[in-house]
Amino acid sequence: MELVEAIILSVLAASTPLLIAATGELVAERSGVLNLGVEGMMIVGAACGFAGAWLTGSILIGALFGIIAGMLMSLVFALMALGLAVNQVATGLALTILGVGISGLIGAGFVGERITPAAHLNLPVLTDIPLIGRVLFGEDGFVYFSVALIVGVGWFLYRTRAGLILRACGDNHVSAHALGYPVLRIRTLAVMFGGACAGLAGAYLPLAYTPFFIPGMTAGRGWIALALVVFSSWRPGRLVVGAYLFGAVTILQLHAQGWGVGIPSQFMSALPYLATVIVLILLSRARSGGSTAPAALGTVFVPDR
Amino acid sequence: MRKSLLALAAGFLLAGSISAASAADRLKVGFIYLGPIGDLGWTYQHDLGRQALVKELGDKIETTYLENVPEGPDAERSIEQLVRAGNKLIFTTSFGYMDPTLKVAKKYPNVHFEHATGYKRNPNMSTYSAKWFQGRYIQGLIAAKMSKSGVLGYIGSFPIPEVVSGINATMLAAQTINPNIKVKIIWANTWFDPGKEADAAKALIDQGADVIMQHTDSPAAMQIASERGKLAFGQDSEMIKFGPKTQLTSILDTWGPYYIERVKAELAGTWKSEDSWGGLDSHMFAMAPYTNMPDDVKKMAEDAQAAITAGKLHPFKCPMIGQDGKPVECKGGDHLDDGQILGMNFYVKGIDDKLPGK
Repeated sequence: MELVEAIILSVLAASTPLLIAATGELVAERSGVLNLGVEGMMIVGAACGFAGAWLTGSILIGALFGIIAGMLMSLVFALMALGLAVNQVATGLALTILGVGISGLIGAGFVGERITPAAHLNLPVLTDIPLIGRVLFGEDGFVYFSVALIVGVGWFLYRTRAGLILRACGDNHVSAHALGYPVLRIRTLAVMFGGACAGLAGAYLPLAYTPFFIPGMTAGRGWIALALVVFSSWRPGRLVVGAYLFGAVTILQLHAQGWGVGIPSQFMSALPYLATVIVLILLSRARSGGSTAPAALGTVFVPDR
Repeated sequence: MRKSLLALAAGFLLAGSISAASAADRLKVGFIYLGPIGDLGWTYQHDLGRQALVKELGDKIETTYLENVPEGPDAERSIEQLVRAGNKLIFTTSFGYMDPTLKVAKKYPNVHFEHATGYKRNPNMSTYSAKWFQGRYIQGLIAAKMSKSGVLGYIGSFPIPEVVSGINATMLAAQTINPNIKVKIIWANTWFDPGKEADAAKALIDQGADVIMQHTDSPAAMQIASERGKLAFGQDSEMIKFGPKTQLTSILDTWGPYYIERVKAELAGTWKSEDSWGGLDSHMFAMAPYTNMPDDVKKMAEDAQAAITAGKLHPFKCPMIGQDGKPVECKGGDHLDDGQILGMNFYVKGIDDKLPGK
């Protein structure tokens, strides 16, 4: 039973940065903007988050630094892709390249430094409950925040007027514009929310996951987050399932190897990506039923004034 | 993509420096690095080697390095940039630079090249690598002595001969201490992903391993072992900072002496194309201080190191039994020959795991 508990704890930790980054991207894509720069925003968030925590000794300030850094990166994207109507795919890719460079630059002075990682919750009685105690009441703050975040986003998108307008921008920006909604302003805010989440997800890595900074430590998690949004077919509920599924596959394949299950490790490492491809195929086949991508996703909008 | 951009930027900088470097008739020595020099592992150690070189021969040479150069076509362009900038001796420090280096070497017969960890040579292109399996043998001895559970955890990067021979050397050594020792192997399928390396270490510890060994590049596994109160070995460089009570020792890639020797040969005009595969005896690598172990274990490790250095102890001595229970063909007299070690693609007896791809 201890092993099961340990595995669940590892899965939650591995899933959390994916969930946070993917939630942000979900909101951006729901508003009609495809920002492929998640990896870039995450990695800058990692560097700035570590820098903030190292300089101030506070994990919370580190997380704030990560959020702000991610937002600033997303503003660069918004300026290019929304303000100047540059191709979103190209801008997003450029953002990733830029982010990796900036992260290396900022982080250069912090390589090899260590910090005390984010504390785990410890409630006297509750955390000691066997099996579920540590899983439910013994996580670090990021884990709880990520759950609150996706619940909040789900509520916002489907239960508020603002969420409805945001979705309208993503589905038909011309109509939304005609109804008098400021499409570009709404999209900019959505992109900034995505940047904040990506920055926070990046900061999670050096603040809680592996408490040190090394260039390149996001190692492609931003791309998995992007895949997750597609995997979830742009729905918050499925996004939660997807994020924990990805985390679970990642951790379980490591354990399977340790147990000596005779499946090639290369295949198991590829499983999450394989799952995404399969879901994509299923989605495209079932296009008639249920919504897939926001209709205006990735298309440039230039309001005629 | 970032790497190519940086390489490109570096290329422009270099192009700018061609005109600037005029009168100085110092020997120009170039380096191509795979990662950032701040990676605390592979590239970091190569750069320490370069710094040792500068310290030793400072006024006679001028060094340039390009970091973050991806393996593949970009490497060719970067190597050629170094040639055009006037470098007469160029070190390319990763396996994937092998073909690009050879291509550029054939194009510029008057420039000398040194390629790390490859096997293709040319009259103006040498190869160099280290017998890290010797260090892993010592680690296997220590691990078996220090393990209470009798289960060792091994994080592998890719199932290539260099990594497989490391696992086998560890196992053969551990079996001399405890014939029933178990090793659990997890392949990360990456050289560098701190999060995944940490997860692999967690999985191994959760499954009962109490000594963690790694053949991946970040200190994440060391940090997890430290958090959980287990023991571990560093990789490539000194990682004791990440586990002051955890690190038993670490294999340190010490390229400095080799770089100094080769540059001196170049300066003296005696540089020749050769294949250097050095072990502890040639100071191609070193062992970090033996820490966090009782004195008798430390003494055992030091004795083993001395015996290997003196050539009295060979990790792959015959007869050697393969995983299938059959003796391994012995081509080197009383031990496996270099070719067998460089191409090792089997597990030894006692490893109850399957080698991926076999």
